[in-house]
Amino acid sequence: MKQTIVRSVNELPTYGFGSRTGPWWGAMAFIALEGMGFAVAIAAYLYLYAVNPKWPINSPPPDLWPGTLATAVYVLSVIPNELTSRWAHKLDLRGVRIGLVIMSLIGLALLVIRGFEFAHLNARWDLDAYGSVVWFVLALHTTHLATDVGDTLVLTVLMFTRHAKPRRFSDVTDNVFYWNFVVIAWLPLYVLLDWTPRL
Amino acid sequence: MSDIAREPARDLRDNKLEQSELAALLLEIWRTPSGWLGSLTSVDHKVVGKRYILTAFAFLVLGGLLAVLMRLQLAGAERKLLSPDLYNQVFTMHGSTMMFLFAVPVMEAFAVYFVPLMVGTRNIAFPRLNAFSYWTFLFGGCFLWIAFLFNVGPDVGWFAYVPLSSLQYNPGKRADVWAQMITFTEVAALAVAVEIVVTVFKQRAVGMTLDRIPVFVWAMLVTSFLVLFAMPSIVVASTSLILDRLVNTHFYDTASGGNVLLWQHLFWFFGHPEVYIIFIPGTGMVSMIIATFAGRPVVGYVIIVLSLIATGFLSFGLWVHHMFTTGLPQLGASMFTASSMLIAVPSGLQIFCWLATLWDGRPVYRTPLLFVLGFFAIFVLGGLSGVMVASVPIDMQVHDTYFVVAHFHYVLIGGAVFPLVGAVYYWFPKITGRMLSERLGRWNFWLAFISFNVAFFPMHILGLMGMPRRVYTYTPEMGWDHLNLLSSAGGAAFAASFALLIANVVLSLRSGALAGDNPWGASTLEWATSSPPPPYNFSRIPVVTHRDPLWAGGGNLPVVAGLSVERREVLLSSIADAEPHTREASPEPSIWPLLTAIATTIFFVGSIFTPWSVVWGTPPIAIALIGWFWPTGSKEDEE
Repeated sequence: MKQTIVRSVNELPTYGFGSRTGPWWGAMAFIALEGMGFAVAIAAYLYLYAVNPKWPINSPPPDLWPGTLATAVYVLSVIPNELTSRWAHKLDLRGVRIGLVIMSLIGLALLVIRGFEFAHLNARWDLDAYGSVVWFVLALHTTHLATDVGDTLVLTVLMFTRHAKPRRFSDVTDNVFYWNFVVIAWLPLYVLLDWTPRL
Repeated sequence: MSDIAREPARDLRDNKLEQSELAALLLEIWRTPSGWLGSLTSVDHKVVGKRYILTAFAFLVLGGLLAVLMRLQLAGAERKLLSPDLYNQVFTMHGSTMMFLFAVPVMEAFAVYFVPLMVGTRNIAFPRLNAFSYWTFLFGGCFLWIAFLFNVGPDVGWFAYVPLSSLQYNPGKRADVWAQMITFTEVAALAVAVEIVVTVFKQRAVGMTLDRIPVFVWAMLVTSFLVLFAMPSIVVASTSLILDRLVNTHFYDTASGGNVLLWQHLFWFFGHPEVYIIFIPGTGMVSMIIATFAGRPVVGYVIIVLSLIATGFLSFGLWVHHMFTTGLPQLGASMFTASSMLIAVPSGLQIFCWLATLWDGRPVYRTPLLFVLGFFAIFVLGGLSGVMVASVPIDMQVHDTYFVVAHFHYVLIGGAVFPLVGAVYYWFPKITGRMLSERLGRWNFWLAFISFNVAFFPMHILGLMGMPRRVYTYTPEMGWDHLNLLSSAGGAAFAASFALLIANVVLSLRSGALAGDNPWGASTLEWATSSPPPPYNFSRIPVVTHRDPLWAGGGNLPVVAGLSVERREVLLSSIADAEPHTREASPEPSIWPLLTAIATTIFFVGSIFTPWSVVWGTPPIAIALIGWFWPTGSKEDEE
C-alpha cells in the first residue's frame, strides 16, 4: 500500500512511568486476576464457614500475635515503599538502592513472620475443612509475598550493576506498585483468618 | 538528576529511509533467528500464533477421533468396541481436550496472530510471555495425552465432580492428571489474556480511538477480561482437589466439614463464563466476515460492542443454572433462570445487527460467509434449546440426558466452530499468502452443515426419550438404536468435513492461488500489509482516521515516522484516544521462556507424585525467570 508520512514520533521518550508503560498495565492485569484468586479463596472460606455449624470445626482460633505483627509491618512498609517510588521517579540511584535494600529486608522479615503465622494457626491442613482452607488462604498469600520478595531481591542486585538504566527505574516503580497490592490483599485476609473464627 | 538520565546517543530512525532500505533494516532486527535452535527462541507473535493454531487444531483432530470412537460404540445397542472403563476415559478426554486444548486456545491463538496486526503494532505485548504460554500449553496438552496412552487418562468427566474425583472413588493418578492439565492450560490462557489486554490498551495505532477498534479486537478484549476473572476460580478448584487427593486436605470431604457443592460452585463460576470465552471470539469473527462480504461497515457497531461487554458481565451471573438439580432455594433458582434468559438479549441484538448488515449490503456468498450463515441457523437453534433448559422444570427433566448434549454442541459448534472454520477460510490467505480452494470450501461447508445436524439433532429426541449422558451402551429394548445409528452416520460425515478442510489446507499451501495483500477487499489493518506479513508487520506504523481505515483511505495509508531501526521498538499510545506517547523497546528472541516452561512442567508433573516437588521444583523456575528478565546488554535492554 502507498504510504504517506503524516506524523513524526521522533521526540517521544523511550521509557515512562506508571500507566504510560506496558509493564505497569501487565502488573495491573496480573493484580486483577490474582485479586480475583483471593476473592474466590475468601468465598470458598466463607462458604465452608456458612455450611459448618461450628467454626473452627475442631480447633481453637489462630493465635493473634503473628498475624497482628505482620499486619503492622505490612502497613508500615508502605512508607519506605513509597519513598523508593519517589526516588525512582527522580532517577536517584543512591536512594533507590537504599529503598530496595530496606524493602528486601522487610520482605525477608515478613517471610519469617509468615512461618510463625503458619505455626500458630492451631490447626493442621489435614485436620478438617477449616484447617485446609486456612492453610490454603495463607499459602496463597505467601506465594505472592515470596514472589515479590524474590523480585525485589533480583531488582536490588540489578540496581547495583551496570544495568541500572532509566528503564530499570520504571521497573522499580512497578515493583513498588505490586508490593502495595501484596499489602492491600493481606488486610482482608487478616480479618478473615484471625477474626472470623472469633465471631 | 543523576547522569543516568543523560540523553542517549541518537540512533538511526526510519524518517529519511527509502522503503527498500527500511524494510531490509527492519527485517534484520525483527526476524526470528535461523536454525532449529533459533526457531525455539522466537517471540514473533505470528510464529507463536501459527504454532498455537496448528497445535490447537491437532488437538481438535485427536478430540474428534475420540468422538468418532464414541459414536461407533453407540451406533447400535450393546456394542463392545470400548470397555466401560475406556469409555469413561474417552468421553472425559474428548470434553477436556475440546474445551481446554482446542476451543479456548484456538480462539486465543487467532488473537495472538491477528490482534497486533489489527491494531497496527509490531509485536504483541510481553512477547516472551507469549512464547512461554505456547510452550506451557503444548506441554500440558502432551502430558494429558501421554497419560491417556498409558491408561492414566482422566475418567471423571470434563468437570470432574467430587466425590467421584476424590481419592476414595478414584484411586490412582487419573484425576490428578486432569487437575494438573487444568493448571497448565490456565497458566497458558491467563498469560495470553494479559498480553491481549495490554496490546489493545497500549499498542493501538495512532488515532485508533475506542470507537475505531475492530469488532474482533473488542471481542478478544472482552474475552481476555473473562479469562482474567473466571479462570482463577478453576485454579482454586483444581488446586484444592489435588490437595485433597495428595496431602489429605478436606475441602470436599463431608465427614470433616468439607462440602461437595463447593466444587460445583467453583467449577461453574469458571465453567459458565468459559462458554462465553469460546463464543464471544466467534461472534467477533462473524462481525468481521459479515462486514467484508456484505461490502459495508457492520450495522450497529456501538450496539455490537456494548452487547459483547454486556454478555461478558452477564456470563458471571449464570453459573448456578448448571446446578438446578442440586436442590436450590426457590429464589435462587428463579434468579438464575431469569439471568440465563437475560443473556439471550445481547446475543439477539448482535444477530439483528448482522442480519441488517447483510440486508443493507451486497453480500458475496464466498465460503467464509457460508460458514457464518451456518452459524446463524445452528447457533439460534442452540440458543432456543438453551432458553428451554434455563427453565427449572424442563432442566429437571432433561438434566444429564442427550438433550443437553445436543444443546451444548449446537451452541459450541454452531457458535464457535462454524465461525472459526469461516475465519480459517477468511484469514488463511493472510497467514500463508495463498487462497483456499473455493470449490472444496463449498463442499466442506455443505458437508459440515448437513452432517452436523444429522449427528446432533437426533440427540434432542434421544434425550427427551430418556437416554442419559455418559453411558457406554444401552439395551435394544430402549428403542434408541435407530436414532443413535443416524447420529453416528452424521458424526462420521462431520468428521469427514474436517478431513476435507485439512485436504484443502494442504493442497492450497502447495498450489493455491496467490492472495495478494487484500484478496477480499476488507477494511481492517491486517490487510494493509503483505501476505504473509513480514516479521515487523508494518514498515511504518499506520495512522487511523476512520473505523474502516482501508475503505476510507482510497489505497493510501497515512503513517508515522520516527521509530528506531536499530532496535525493536513499539509505539505506546493513550488508552482512549490512542495518542502516541512513548517509543518502548520490545523484547528480542530468547530461549528462557522455553526453559521456564520446561521447569514449570517438571514442577507440575512432579507435584502429582510428591508434594516435595514444590520445594525442589521452585528453584529451577526461579533461575529460569531470572535468566528471562536479566538484561543482556542489547539495545532493547539498555536504553
